Amino acid sequence: MPKTSFIGSLHKNIFAGFVVSLIALPLGLSLAIASGMPPSAGIVSAIVGGVVVALFGGSHVTIAGPGYSLVVVILTAVTTLAGGDYYQGYLLTLSAIVLAGLIMFVLGLLRMGGLAAFFPSSAIEGMMAAIGLSLIAKQFHVMIGVETSKKSALELLAEIPAQLVDFVVLASQDTGVLIAGGLGLVSLFILLFNSSIRNPFYQRIPAPMWVLLIAIALSYYYEFTGFKNPIPQPAFISLPDSIEQLVVFPDFSFTWPIVSVALTIAFVGSIESLLSIKAVDKLDVFRRRSNASKDLRALGLATSISGLFGGLNVVTVISRSSVNVTQGATNRSSNFFHGAFLVLFVLVFSQTLNRIPLSALAAILVYTGFKLSHPLKFVSAYKIGFEQLLIFCVTLIATLSTNIVLGVLIGALSTLVSHLIITRDPLLFFLNVFKPNVLAFKEPEEDTFFVSVKHYCTFLNFYKLQKKLDAIGYTKKVVLDFSLCRFVDHTAMEGVESYVQYYEKKGGLVEVVGLDTLGATSTHPFAVRRVGQSSRARVLTRRQKLLGEMAQEYGWSFNAGALQLTGSLSSFVFFAARSLNKSYNELIDAEKRCVIFDVEYSEGEFIAKEDVKCTVMSLELNCEVPAFTLSREGLLERLYALAGYQDIQVAKHKEFNKRFHLSGPNEEKILELFNDQLVLFLESNTVYHIEASENRLLVFKNERLLSPSEIKAMAYFGRELVSLIECNFTS
Amino acid sequence: MSTHPNSSSPVLFKKVLFGFAFSPNLENNLYEVFRVCRFLGAELTLLHVGACTEKKKAALSTLLDQIPSAEVVSEVLWREGDPFQTIYDQCDALNIDLLMIGAQRHETLFRFYVGSVARKLTRRVNCSVLLLTNASRERVACKHVVVNGVLSDYTADAINAAFFVGQRLGARQLTIVEEIAPNKVQVAVDDDRSLVKSLRKKHQLELREDERVRSIIAAVPASFKDGVSYRTQPIFGKRGYSIGHYAEISRADLLVLNAEKHSSIFKRIITRDIEFILSDLPCELLIIRPKKEQNA
Repeated sequence: MPKTSFIGSLHKNIFAGFVVSLIALPLGLSLAIASGMPPSAGIVSAIVGGVVVALFGGSHVTIAGPGYSLVVVILTAVTTLAGGDYYQGYLLTLSAIVLAGLIMFVLGLLRMGGLAAFFPSSAIEGMMAAIGLSLIAKQFHVMIGVETSKKSALELLAEIPAQLVDFVVLASQDTGVLIAGGLGLVSLFILLFNSSIRNPFYQRIPAPMWVLLIAIALSYYYEFTGFKNPIPQPAFISLPDSIEQLVVFPDFSFTWPIVSVALTIAFVGSIESLLSIKAVDKLDVFRRRSNASKDLRALGLATSISGLFGGLNVVTVISRSSVNVTQGATNRSSNFFHGAFLVLFVLVFSQTLNRIPLSALAAILVYTGFKLSHPLKFVSAYKIGFEQLLIFCVTLIATLSTNIVLGVLIGALSTLVSHLIITRDPLLFFLNVFKPNVLAFKEPEEDTFFVSVKHYCTFLNFYKLQKKLDAIGYTKKVVLDFSLCRFVDHTAMEGVESYVQYYEKKGGLVEVVGLDTLGATSTHPFAVRRVGQSSRARVLTRRQKLLGEMAQEYGWSFNAGALQLTGSLSSFVFFAARSLNKSYNELIDAEKRCVIFDVEYSEGEFIAKEDVKCTVMSLELNCEVPAFTLSREGLLERLYALAGYQDIQVAKHKEFNKRFHLSGPNEEKILELFNDQLVLFLESNTVYHIEASENRLLVFKNERLLSPSEIKAMAYFGRELVSLIECNFTS
Repeated sequence: MSTHPNSSSPVLFKKVLFGFAFSPNLENNLYEVFRVCRFLGAELTLLHVGACTEKKKAALSTLLDQIPSAEVVSEVLWREGDPFQTIYDQCDALNIDLLMIGAQRHETLFRFYVGSVARKLTRRVNCSVLLLTNASRERVACKHVVVNGVLSDYTADAINAAFFVGQRLGARQLTIVEEIAPNKVQVAVDDDRSLVKSLRKKHQLELREDERVRSIIAAVPASFKDGVSYRTQPIFGKRGYSIGHYAEISRADLLVLNAEKHSSIFKRIITRDIEFILSDLPCELLIIRPKKEQNA
C-alpha cells in the first residue's frame, strides 16, 4: 500500500474538505428544512458527522452528514408525534434520533457491517426511487412557491401539473411568487445542466453552491438598488442569531411511535451508510478496505450526539464522498475539515445565509429526487429482466403507499416469489435455506483458493459467500465455482461482480467458472441464471468473453456454443469408461492442431453422481508416439482401466519418478520418448494429466473447469510440449 | 480388474450385517455387499425384518445364485418385529462390527436420501455403519477416500479404518480433511489489519491440526498404508458440512466419518454434524463407531 505521511497529505485533505463543505452547506440547509427542522439541524449534523466519524470511524475517504433517505420519515415524525405541535414534535423527534444512534451503535457492535447484503438489489433500487419521488412530491411546490393542502406523496405527485398551473396564475398577479418560483426553476436548470457548462472557472464551484450564490446575489441586488425584495420574509430561511440558540435539548419521553421512528431511522440509515461505504471503497485510490462495522458504530455515536444538539441523523453520503475522492482526499481528516469549514461558514456568514430563499434550497432536493428516481432506472431494471422491473415497481409503490421498512420487506418478499416462479422448484429453497452452502479451501501445492457454492445463491444466502470471500484476502487468486448451483439471482451476480473488482484492485483475481451452463433470463451480465433456462439470445458469461478476447489476441477462433462431439476423444483411456454428455466453449488455434474446450461427462452409466465439468486440451502431433498416460503420482487415479501396467521408472530422474505416474504398454518406446529434456520440462511446470494415443495428446489439469488465466497457461504448456515431443521424434 | 485382499494385514471388520428389504435395488445392493465383504475379508449375515414366506425365500435364493459369493462366508436370518429395534438388537446379539444399509436414490432430485429407519440406525447402533449409494452389479473402482480428521474421541479409529478400507477396496488416494470451525480463528475480518491477523492465526491453526493428524497417521499400521498415497487438507468452515461438500467437489468415492460419542442429551440436540451429510449424501458413507463404546 503506497503510504504518504499524514502531514504530507494534509493540504490535499484540507482542500478536499473545503470543496465538500461547499456542497454540504446548501444540502444540509435544504435537507433540514425539508425534514421540518430548523435549518441549523442539517449543519449540526454535518459538523458532528465530520468530527466524530473522522475520529472514530473505520472507513477512509467517506463523508458523513445528513442524508436524503430519511427526510420524509423525519418530516412525518415532526408533524405528527406531538399531534401537530411542531416544536414539541421536533424535540420528540430528536429523542428518536438519539435512540436511533444507540441502535446503530449496537448494530456496529454486533458486526452488522454486512447488513445491506441481506436485501435484494432491485428492492433497494426501488426503495431509493421511492425516496426520490417522495422528495420531489414534498419539495416541488416549495420550489415554485405555491401552497398545497395535500399530504400523501402519491397525491402530491399527481398534483404537480395543477401546481404548475397554479404557479403560472399566481405569478402573473404577484411578483413575489414570480421571483421566488422563478429562482427555484432557474436553480433546477442550473443543477440539471451543470455538466454541460464547460467553462473551467464555472466548474471550480460545485453546482449547489452556485445556486446559493445566485440566490444570495439576488438578495444583495435588491438591497443595493434600493428596491424592496418582492419575496416575502417567511419564504427565507432563518438561522438563529447566536450559538446558544442553536442548541436545543431533546424531550426524552419515549412512547411506541417514537421508538418505531427510531427503529426506522436506524434501519434505513444503516443501509444507506453501508451501501455508500461499499461504493466508496471501490473509488479509494489506496485500495483500502473499510471496517464497515466500526464505521457503523461511529455513525451511531455521531447520530446520538447530533440528536442531543438538535441535529439530524448522520449517515455516510455517497455523492459528497465521491466529490471528496475526486478532490484528492487521502484519509479521514478531510471529513473532519469538511465539518470544521462548516463551523467557520456558520460563524462568519450566518447573516448572509439568512438571505437564501426556500425555493432555491427546494430545487436542490427536487434535483436529488430526480436523480434517485430517474426514468433510466426503470429501463435498466427492465434490461436485467422483466421480473426485476416488477420487483422494482412493487417496492416503489409499496414504499410510497406504506413506509420505507415495510416497502423494502415487501420488495424482498416479491423477489423470493419471483425466484419460486422462475425456478418452479420451491423445495430447492425451503430444504436448503438454513444450511451452509459454501465451501472454501486452499488448493494443495498452489496458492489458489477454490470456492464452491451449492444449491442456489441469492440474496438469502449471499452473505455466506461474502464472508468467505472477505476472509481470503483480496490479494489472492480465487476460483469461484457455481457448477453445483442450480440458481443464481441478480443480487448475487452483482455482488460477485463487486468482488471481482475489489480483488482486481488489490492485485488478486476472482475467476468465475460454472456459470456457462446456467441459462440467463436476459442479455444483461447480471441477469438471473438457472439450470435449464433456454436463453432467447445466447448470453456470454464473463469467462466466455475473456476466452473470446484470448482467442483474438492469439489469432485463434472461439465458439461458445455446444459442439458436435468428435468420436476421437473416446480413443483416450480417460474417456473410454466415461460417457460424454456435451462439450462447449471451444478454442481452436490457427492451424487447427490445438483445441481447448469444456466437456461435461458422467462417470459411467447408472451411477448417480453429479456430472463432471472439466476443461481439456487436445493436441495433434505430426508424428506418432507410443500410447502413454502421465499423471501426478497417486493424485489423479485414472489408470484403473490400464491396471497391470506398472509405474515406469525413468532412469536418473528420482524426483520425476516420485512426482509422476507414467504408464503405457510399450515401456521401451516410452522411455525413448522421455529423454532428459522432456523430463526437465515436465518437472519444471505445473503438473498436468497427459495422455497420448497415436498422434494425439489429451491434456488437462484438475477435473474441473479452468479459469481463463489457467487456460492461457495450459495453452502455452501445450505448445511447448508439442514442439519438444516433435523435435524429439524427428531427431 | 480386481485387487485381491491383502491377506497379511489384520482385519478390522470381522462380522458384517446387511439389513435388506425386497426393493428394486436389492440385486445391486447384494452384488455390492458381497463384493465389499470379499475385499474386507469379513463374514456376512443377511437379515430381513418381516415374515419369512416361501416366495421371498425363492426370490432371494435366485438372486444369491447369480452372485459370485464363494469366497464369502454368509448366512441369512429372518426376523419379525420393528425394523429399527430388530436390527439394533441383532447387531448387539451377533457382535456385529459393521452394519451395511442401502441408501435410496431420490428420483426427481437426483440425490440420495436416507430413510428414517436407516437414519435412526446410523445415529444409534453400536457399531460402524456403511451407507451404500453407488451399489451396482459391475464393480466401480473406489479411487478416492476422504476421511474426517477432526479432533474427536474416535478420530484415530476413523483414520485407521479409512486406510484399511481404502487399501482393501483398491483406492490409491486418501485425503484427510481437517475441518476447522471459523470461530476457532477468534479474529473477525473487518478490514485489512484484522485480515492479516486472522490469516496468521489460521496458519498457526493449520500447522497445529496438521501436526496432530500426522501423529495419528504415524500410528496407522504400515501394512494399511501400503500403496495408498495420502495428504491432508485443512478447511475452514462449518463442521460436518464442509467435508461433505469437499467430498462432492473432489469426486470422492467413499467418505469416512467418526461417530460422536453419546455423551449428553444436550450435545445430541446440538450436534448436527452428521445431519448435513445424511440429508445430502455425496458418496458412500462409512461411519466409524468402535465397539468399545458398548463396554464403556
